[in-house]
Amino acid sequence: MKITEAFERGEFVVTAEVGPPKGFHIEHMLEEAKTYLSGITAVNVTDNQSSVMRLGSLATCKALKDEGLTPIFQMTCRDRNRIALESDLLSAALFGIENLLLLTGDHTKLGDHPQAKPVFDLDSVSLIHAVKQLESGVDLGGNELVGEPPKFAKGAVVSPCSDSVDVQLAKMERKVAAGAEYFQTQAVYEPEKFIQFMEKAKQFGKPVQLGIVIPKSVGMCRYMNENVAGIHVPEEMIEELKADKEKTKAGITGVEIAARVIRECKPYCQGVHIMAMGWESKVPELLRQAGI
Amino acid sequence: MLITRLKDKETLLSLAGGKKVFIINCHGCREVYFPLEEAAELQKELEASGSVTGSITTDYICNPENMKLRLEKHKDEIGTADAVLVLSCGVGVQTISEYLEDKPVYAACDTYPQPGFQGVTPLQYDCDQCGECYLNLTGGICPITACSKSLVNGQCGGSKNGKCEVDSEMECGWERIYRRLAQIGRLDLLKCPTQVRNFATDKEVAE
Ligand code: SF4
Ligand code: SF4
Repeated sequence: MKITEAFERGEFVVTAEVGPPKGFHIEHMLEEAKTYLSGITAVNVTDNQSSVMRLGSLATCKALKDEGLTPIFQMTCRDRNRIALESDLLSAALFGIENLLLLTGDHTKLGDHPQAKPVFDLDSVSLIHAVKQLESGVDLGGNELVGEPPKFAKGAVVSPCSDSVDVQLAKMERKVAAGAEYFQTQAVYEPEKFIQFMEKAKQFGKPVQLGIVIPKSVGMCRYMNENVAGIHVPEEMIEELKADKEKTKAGITGVEIAARVIRECKPYCQGVHIMAMGWESKVPELLRQAGI
Repeated sequence: MLITRLKDKETLLSLAGGKKVFIINCHGCREVYFPLEEAAELQKELEASGSVTGSITTDYICNPENMKLRLEKHKDEIGTADAVLVLSCGVGVQTISEYLEDKPVYAACDTYPQPGFQGVTPLQYDCDQCGECYLNLTGGICPITACSKSLVNGQCGGSKNGKCEVDSEMECGWERIYRRLAQIGRLDLLKCPTQVRNFATDKEVAE
């Protein structure tokens, strides 16, 4: 199923993300996904996230699909040129994978192979354009495809709490112009900023899913504040996590905070995207508390 | 070595047509092959339509010290122009654009690499000789060299506190581009069609 159909039906669309392991044994990951994520609309599979080499997104998507889940194939432009990207898009179509999330990708220097060549032959916008081209039956080189062209739901990302939100909005507009049909956001901890962002973003008329990362610990929050672009965890939230160490460790406080952010932002967006980072088991409780 | 080649007429007219322009020609350094005749012809054409407020022809416009003095002399002519058209390699355009920070500065040429010895110009700005100069879409700041991923369609999600995700000492190139476009009132350029890079350009030149 295409995620865009759920938006069209007016559903508040819930997705969550899984990261493939560094290895090819995914029984545990599949088991967790089946247990905790089978009630939601779709499951994103990250593409060598943070430039750390792992099992491929496409293969993992296929495995999830075989288990009856709806995968979203994340694709970055860091590791493949346009030939490989287009080819993988056709492979996805062969496997019946219908949902895409198209990103530029982190630089190779940030990951575990800093010596690798960063490709960036395309970027998020030109990749969306490439998908549209394929959908019209022609590849980026201008050559015709054989047979029925593929058809995908084309997603993209945006960073609503970025310190340069206007620059991000300009990029979002370019993504929409190129053919993006829905958006998932970077993690949000500041509902006011998100709401202000949505005021401006709604002119583009595309559904936006609020990005959520469950805060696991004070250390994690501090790390994100210092190192992760577009994320800022306010000091009050960090204090909340500090207050009861046991409760924080058990994930209770983190889930409470995340649920509160969702409740505050829900009237302004069309869905939520949860990046659980290993805490997939907390997703059902989070959704319950958020009233979804 | 590098080659600068005039952009096609349509592009040039869309930049300069109907506007008052000041023209800067750089006859450059030995490393650059400059399209002298075509440039002279373009200038004549623009002059005939009465829209050139003034011009200078010089060398090493990439030397900011020299350039400052020369631009001072033509302050009034530049002041009355709507835009400045620069016929030089990408480095030259960037030097001028930084100096004339609130004036639209347009590149009239594309810069291509030419196999052989790479010139040793004192470079404050960088040009990678990408062959399809983007400076006219990016406020005179080169997205190929000022952005760590050489992105041509806008900022990635990696900028933090205005700095690039790859290097916390380096200002994000797309922050600079956005600021500059806002300054010259050309944020509309961000709505240009999707740019897809062409890595086949040096072959085209050889043809
Ligand atoms: S965009 Fe940059 S690399 Fe390309 S020709 Fe212009 S200055 Fe040079
Ligand atoms: S942070 Fe800015 S300069 Fe760095 S790669 Fe992203 S857009 Fe380019």
